[in-house]
Amino acid sequence: MEYKCAEYKLIRKKALAENIYSFTIDCPDAARLAQCGQFVHIRVDGFTLRRPVSISEIDRRNGTITIVFVIKGHGTEALARLNEGDDVDMIAPLGKGFSVSSVPENGRVIVVGGGIGVPPLLQTAKQCSNVTAVLGFRSYGNIILEDKFRQACSSVMICTDDGSVGEKAVVTVPLKRELEKGDVSAVFSCGPLRMLAAVAELTKEYGVFCEVSLEERMGCGVGACVGCVCRVNRSGEEKLLRVCKDGPVFNAEEVIL
Amino acid sequence: MSRDLSVKVAGITFPNPVIAASGTYGFGEDYAPLYPLDRLGGISCKGTTINEKAGNLPPRIAETTAGMLNSVGLQNPGVDVFINKYLPELKKNGNVIIANLAGATIEDYTSAAEKLDATDVDMIELNISCPNVRQGGATWGTTCEGASSVTKAVRAVTKKPVMVKLTPNVTSITDIAKAVEAEGADCISLINTLLGMRIDIKTRRPVLHNNVGGFSGPAVFPVAVRMVWQVANAVNIDVVGMGGITTWEDAVEMMMAGAKAVQMGTAIFTDPYSPLKVIDGLEKYMAENDIDDLSEIVGTVKPW
Repeated sequence: MEYKCAEYKLIRKKALAENIYSFTIDCPDAARLAQCGQFVHIRVDGFTLRRPVSISEIDRRNGTITIVFVIKGHGTEALARLNEGDDVDMIAPLGKGFSVSSVPENGRVIVVGGGIGVPPLLQTAKQCSNVTAVLGFRSYGNIILEDKFRQACSSVMICTDDGSVGEKAVVTVPLKRELEKGDVSAVFSCGPLRMLAAVAELTKEYGVFCEVSLEERMGCGVGACVGCVCRVNRSGEEKLLRVCKDGPVFNAEEVIL
Repeated sequence: MSRDLSVKVAGITFPNPVIAASGTYGFGEDYAPLYPLDRLGGISCKGTTINEKAGNLPPRIAETTAGMLNSVGLQNPGVDVFINKYLPELKKNGNVIIANLAGATIEDYTSAAEKLDATDVDMIELNISCPNVRQGGATWGTTCEGASSVTKAVRAVTKKPVMVKLTPNVTSITDIAKAVEAEGADCISLINTLLGMRIDIKTRRPVLHNNVGGFSGPAVFPVAVRMVWQVANAVNIDVVGMGGITTWEDAVEMMMAGAKAVQMGTAIFTDPYSPLKVIDGLEKYMAENDIDDLSEIVGTVKPW
C-alpha cells in the first residue's frame, strides 16, 4: 500500500474544544492517496515514537488533510504547540479505512462516534449519500465538529452524558431506535472500547454490517514491528492482527473488543 | 565523488555498513513504498521460528525517555513462509539478507537452520535472547552453556555464516562472546534489548501486558558502545554493533568501538529515512577525512 513520509506545512490550526485541536496540513501527494478511516503518523521533536492521529477530512482539490487530536500526554502537548507555517513530519496515509464503497447505492449509513473517536467519521460521512450521525460527548464543552456533521449528514443526533445538549443517553440508545426502522445498510463507528463493544453487540443483534476503528500505541505505524496488535476471530481462529496495517478499521463481528 | 562504503563481515560483502535490525523492519515490504530497499547495507529480517508464533498479548509497545519498550514475543509466520514468500522478493531486490532465527529448543534452531541452509540467505543471525523451554525458560544467551550449545548445534547443520546476537542482560558479555566464538560463530552482533519495565501509576498496571520488555533507542547507546568495545577486544571474529544508533556520528562511534558494521532499529520508527541519512553522513565523513575504506576506522578508539 502506497504512502508518503515527508515534512509538510501546517496551514491551519484551530482549537475545537478544551485540549482538542485540528490541524490542516498541506500534503497533496498524501491527500491524493488518503481514504476515510485512515490515519497519519506524526513525529514530535524530542520523542522516540510517532503519534498516530486519524484523518478527519480529506480535500484532494486543495491537497490537504485535516486531523483532530486531543492532548493526552507530553507528546501530544508538544504537538499542540506547533503553529501555522511550521513543518509537520508525517507518514501518511496509513492503514485500512472504512469500506464506504461496499455500501449499496443510497444505502442508509449510520456513523456512531464517541468523544475523540468522532473526527474520522466526518470524512466517512462525507463519502456517503444517505447518512445519519449519532455522536456522543461528555458535556456541552466537549462537543466538536457538530456543524460539519450537519453539513455532511441528513440528520445528526447528539448525546451527552449530562444531558447538557441533545439526549441524555449513551449512543446506543438512539442507535437502537434507528436500527429498529430496519433500513440501515451499514454502521461505521469509532470511540472508546466500551462504546464500540456495545455498538458491535447491537448491530450483530440487528444483523447490520458494522465496522469499528481502533486505537493502539504504535511503533513503526507501517506494519513492520507488529507492536500494535488486537485480537481478531477470523475463520474460527483467534489471530493477533496489526492495528496499523490490518486496521485500524475492523469488522465488528471479527474483532474482540 | 561517490565513495565505496562496502564492508566485509564474516566473508560477506555488504554494500554499506548500515543494516536494518531484526524485528524493526519486518521482511522489508512495509518500507518498500518509501525507497528502494537495496540502498540499505542489508536487512536482518524479522525473528523467525520453526513454526508460526502468535506472540504476546497487547499492549506490546510503550515509549520511554529517549527510547521505548517492546514485548512482541516473536510473532512471525514461521520459517517456511519466510523462505517461500518473503525471501524470494527480498533477493529480487538484490539485498544482502540476514535471516534471524529464534527457538525454544535446540531442535527448533537446527531444523529451521537446515531449511535456511538450502536457501540463498546470505547469513543466519541467531537470536539467543528467547527462553529455553527445557531449562525452565531461562534465556539461552544468559549462560555460556546455553549460548554455546545453540551455536554449536546450528554450526553443525549449516555452511552459511552464523552471526550470534548477544543479549546484554548478562554479568559478563565477554565470557558469552568467547563461548560462542569457541563453538564456531563467524561473527557476533550486539546488543539485543535491555530488559526493562514501566508502570502506569494511575492503573498500577505495567505498561506492557508481558509486564517486562526489551528497552531500546538512543537511551541505550552508551551501554551498547561499551559492550561492543569490550567484545571486540575479547574475540577475533567480526562484530556488528547496534543499540540506539540514530545518527551517522553514532555509527562512526560504534565502528571506532570495534564494529565492522552497524544495525539500526528504533531510529527507523522515529524516522524511516534514518538509515539512509546515516549512509549519506558516512559517505561525507569518508570524503572529508580522506578515508578510502571504512575498515580503517574500525576499533580505532584510543582508550585512556
